[in-house]
Amino acid sequence: MRPILSVARRELSTYFGSPIAYVLLAVYLVLSGYFFYSDVAFFVTFGAQYLPTALWRYVFLDFRLVTLLVLPLVTMRLFAEERKLGTIELLWTLPVRDFQLVLGKFLAAWAFFVVLVALAVVPFAVLYVFHPFALGPPAAAVLGLVLLGTAFIACGLAASTLTENQVVAGMVTYGVLVFFWFMTWNEAVGSEQWIRVLLLLSLFDHYLPFATGTIALVDVAYFAFFIGFFLYAALRSLQSRTWRGVV
Amino acid sequence: MTERGEIRAEALMKRFGAFVAVADISFTVSPGEVVGFLGPNGAGKSTTLRMVTGVFPPTSGRCTISGHDVVRDAIAARTALGYLPERTALYTDMTVERYLRFVGEMKRIAAAALAGAVGAAMDATAVAHMAQRPIGTLSKGYRQRVGIAQALLGDPDVLILDEPTSGLDPEQAAEIRTLVRGLADARRTVLLSSHVLPEVESICSRVIILAQGRVVAVDAPARLEQRLRPHREVAVRAVGDAGALLALLRAVPGVLSVTGGPEPDGVLRYVVGFAHRTDIRREIAAAVVGGGMGLLALEPVVMTLEEIFLTLIGRPDGGEG
Repeated sequence: MRPILSVARRELSTYFGSPIAYVLLAVYLVLSGYFFYSDVAFFVTFGAQYLPTALWRYVFLDFRLVTLLVLPLVTMRLFAEERKLGTIELLWTLPVRDFQLVLGKFLAAWAFFVVLVALAVVPFAVLYVFHPFALGPPAAAVLGLVLLGTAFIACGLAASTLTENQVVAGMVTYGVLVFFWFMTWNEAVGSEQWIRVLLLLSLFDHYLPFATGTIALVDVAYFAFFIGFFLYAALRSLQSRTWRGVV
Repeated sequence: MTERGEIRAEALMKRFGAFVAVADISFTVSPGEVVGFLGPNGAGKSTTLRMVTGVFPPTSGRCTISGHDVVRDAIAARTALGYLPERTALYTDMTVERYLRFVGEMKRIAAAALAGAVGAAMDATAVAHMAQRPIGTLSKGYRQRVGIAQALLGDPDVLILDEPTSGLDPEQAAEIRTLVRGLADARRTVLLSSHVLPEVESICSRVIILAQGRVVAVDAPARLEQRLRPHREVAVRAVGDAGALLALLRAVPGVLSVTGGPEPDGVLRYVVGFAHRTDIRREIAAAVVGGGMGLLALEPVVMTLEEIFLTLIGRPDGGEG
């Protein structure tokens, strides 16, 4: 456990020791704050009644966009920077296992994301003071957002093991995530059975129920599988040095 | 029987797809030895070091550090190892002390002992006064010192240094050489990979020479010289008649060969060869002086490590030591 925490601590100190963390934090909070405000204004202007479908749904679908924009920028440096600096070779000769490196990096990005989400939900508390509402649905949506973001992080982490170029790592992450978003947008893409399979795989179709306050085991399981798959991919990618010989 | 501090490589082979990077590498470095690891570019040095340090496993063969298999018992092997990669692996945004604390934590140094271990490593490499400086602001020489300091953390039995003076100016390189020389003691084994042959010659007691993915020699430079040269040689510098001097030298019992002649400055220089196990320098001097010649110098002709190296890599079938 100690190596995992050491790696995570070092990552976080790098984030917060440079402008990266503060810029990303500012962008995330400004955009999420704007979306929250505009969605509440929309809700009030049109006199909607049911919060889960008329407000939380829109707020959390908008938060999804902001999260998609920001998290690949958080994860793109995780292993790409180690490769570029040559520190990856040192890490591989220290008494640490590859999975500890992967988990340490993952934990750091995840902790940073949790801070983003914690600050992004502050406006909810302000709204609650003036207009109390049922906490269950938005809490479910926050859980969904955390699971979605964690899935983004796992995907971004795996992409960052592939290259020493951070931009390439970031673009690969955007590519994979956007594909998992758009894959079910057009039903003409294939037969009905094929669409059914795509729906099962679609990242955002599993997020939607959370956004309206519903927690379904199948959706939680999907995210757990997605996260596990990409963490395993990251581990295997690191271990590919065995046959690739590229350090 | 494996001892603490021993590096033992047995028939290491590494294949990447169809490409065989290292064909058959075997060597042993005994505890406390300082051994040079040499080879031209593409000889398989980096691949071998990466197998020895556990970066990736060999396709076949095995390697142990202090008796621990670097693949099957990787954590114990790596705990016994301090490694300075060729590309100095530093986080430039961290201060020297924070970087060393991080590496110390990764080396599983107990929290209570960490500050002491970091302090000792900084003292040993003379970077303590830079402890709070970000690594990115340090000169190349100091960065290399920090790299060596991290290798020393945890007091490893084995130090593997890959090109420690690469990219340094002559003054910095000399400082690092002095530092490396000071690190070698009776209980610490050092494997030093370098392109700078005089550096290896001045620090190492033995050398391992690689060419085309194989070990072509393992021995002390002096012993390699003996093997590579048919006989021992001295150069005689004298003034007088060239023909008379040549005749005098050829007449000395035990002389096997005489080559040379007048140099541009008029001084005669002849290289006299005789058997390795004999020493006829006194007889040679007496013959020259007794023949009425003016003897200016009698000096041994030795092969530099560079000459040995070039001879061996040009002759990969030169035999193993």
